[in-house]
Amino acid sequence: MRVLIMAKEGEQTEAASPPTPEAMEEYQKFNEELVKAAVVLEAGRLYPSSQGKRVRFDGKKRTVIDGPFAETKELVAGYWLWQVRSIDEALEWLKRAPYDGGTFEVREVVEYEGM
Amino acid sequence: MRSSSTRACEGVLTIGPRNGEASADPGRLEAHRAIEAIWRIESARLIAGLARVVGDIGTAEELAQDALVAALEQWPTEGVPERPGAWLMGTAKHRAIDLIRRRNTLARKHEEIGRDIERAQEGWDLDAAIDEEVGDDLLGLIFTACHPVLSKDARVALTLRVLGGLTTEEIARAFLVPVSTIGQRIVRAKRTLVEAHVRFEVPGGAERGARLASVLEVIYLIFNEGYSATAGRDWVRPALCEEALRLGRILAELAPAESEVHGLVALMEIQASRLGARVGPSGDPVLLLDQDRARWDRLLIRRGLAALERAEMLRGALGPYGLQAAIAACHARATTAAETDWARIVALYDAVAQLTPSPVIELNRAVAVGMAFGPAAGLDLVDALVAEPSLMSYHLLPAVRGDLLRKLGRSEEARAEFERAASLTENVPERELLQRRAAECAAERMAG
Repeated sequence: MRVLIMAKEGEQTEAASPPTPEAMEEYQKFNEELVKAAVVLEAGRLYPSSQGKRVRFDGKKRTVIDGPFAETKELVAGYWLWQVRSIDEALEWLKRAPYDGGTFEVREVVEYEGM
Repeated sequence: MRSSSTRACEGVLTIGPRNGEASADPGRLEAHRAIEAIWRIESARLIAGLARVVGDIGTAEELAQDALVAALEQWPTEGVPERPGAWLMGTAKHRAIDLIRRRNTLARKHEEIGRDIERAQEGWDLDAAIDEEVGDDLLGLIFTACHPVLSKDARVALTLRVLGGLTTEEIARAFLVPVSTIGQRIVRAKRTLVEAHVRFEVPGGAERGARLASVLEVIYLIFNEGYSATAGRDWVRPALCEEALRLGRILAELAPAESEVHGLVALMEIQASRLGARVGPSGDPVLLLDQDRARWDRLLIRRGLAALERAEMLRGALGPYGLQAAIAACHARATTAAETDWARIVALYDAVAQLTPSPVIELNRAVAVGMAFGPAAGLDLVDALVAEPSLMSYHLLPAVRGDLLRKLGRSEEARAEFERAASLTENVPERELLQRRAAECAAERMAG
């Protein structure tokens, strides 16, 4: 199964200074392990929500809203698309990630409909 | 020699919670699910690291299973350790040391000098040996499980077991054979490896090519069983495709300089991109040219094309898997079926036929020729294959012939061919598709 992992961060960390070289190295190591185990299909980091836009739909009306989205407590800062054999496997991998803050949301992607 | 650790062997072990336990205690259920997931993640590395030390994968698997049993006993009450992989390895390591000590004692009694004793005399550090880099171990495990001394069936079962972390029951279910059959297959495979004195290693030199071919064959067999199930009610079994893809991707990381590994990965990625499109609403097969290409998985196509590019960069000429990937890529790049570059596909099949001539490749080539240069040209090639003994009971020969005859307006002959094809396949949805084709031909004849 495929799962989408969304790294959610508060507004503070979103604007925080770039990670230390040590933290980056640890993250690299973890990511390499994931790639070697053929877990990662895709990964990406997002620019802060100050550079983002929202489009709100209301009937025929569309409203474009500029970031930052201060009213939201948690914003998606990055994502992974993983190929795993169960949600539990995704959780076990995720627990090994070298982060000391933030919330990660794990959601299964719908595949093979009608199979 | 058998150790006392055989009690957990041959996958009689069930990881899931025992009856009644789950409902009584959600915490235990959660721990069991975590253990199952951790086992899937760690088991191959665990077995590989142990196999290098104890010399054979049968014993290594027993030691790993023992560590799993210990985890099942302790973790539900004590909690899952912070580094579960290291915990499992540490536990298995202790048992490996015990086992080697016992072996040494026994060997001394029998005045046998085995590799354990030699190593002990060299001051060989078991602890450090187990902790060494696991990459080569994993590669060694893949090469050993896919050793040509084993039958194809045995290689597939052993690979799914030691590299996929699948239980005997899961493998049996995937291949629709009795559990006892798979169990015996795995036991016999391990014994064969010991009896043939197969060394646990990554082969090099002249041997490497043939050994790698054996590995790739096993992975593609697993993929194909999922992609077009040879028997049963399902047309595809995506879990097997996913497992084969996972093994292929891992292998590509472990052996990045092997062009054919990337070729095989490319082929599987591109074929898997069509999984969602090759099954109709009621589970019926939808053939390539009839598929809704909007349902092809663009992510897998992109990954497949990237893997193909890596294969092409590594060596001047592509190998058989790389060429088949290049053919699959022709389809993947065509936005509509009509845009398919059939002339290029014919040329690629020519290259495949030169490298690995086979009647099945000739049949595929005939299909491409039929598309590129008209059904009559394709039929000429297929007719030349009718007498081929190895295709006597191959359902796709009459299926292809029926298709070409139908395009030429020879409906009655086409109907007979589709019916013959239907009688030859064991796969239920595929048989129904072929019967429908036969019925359509009969209707065309009536109308014509």
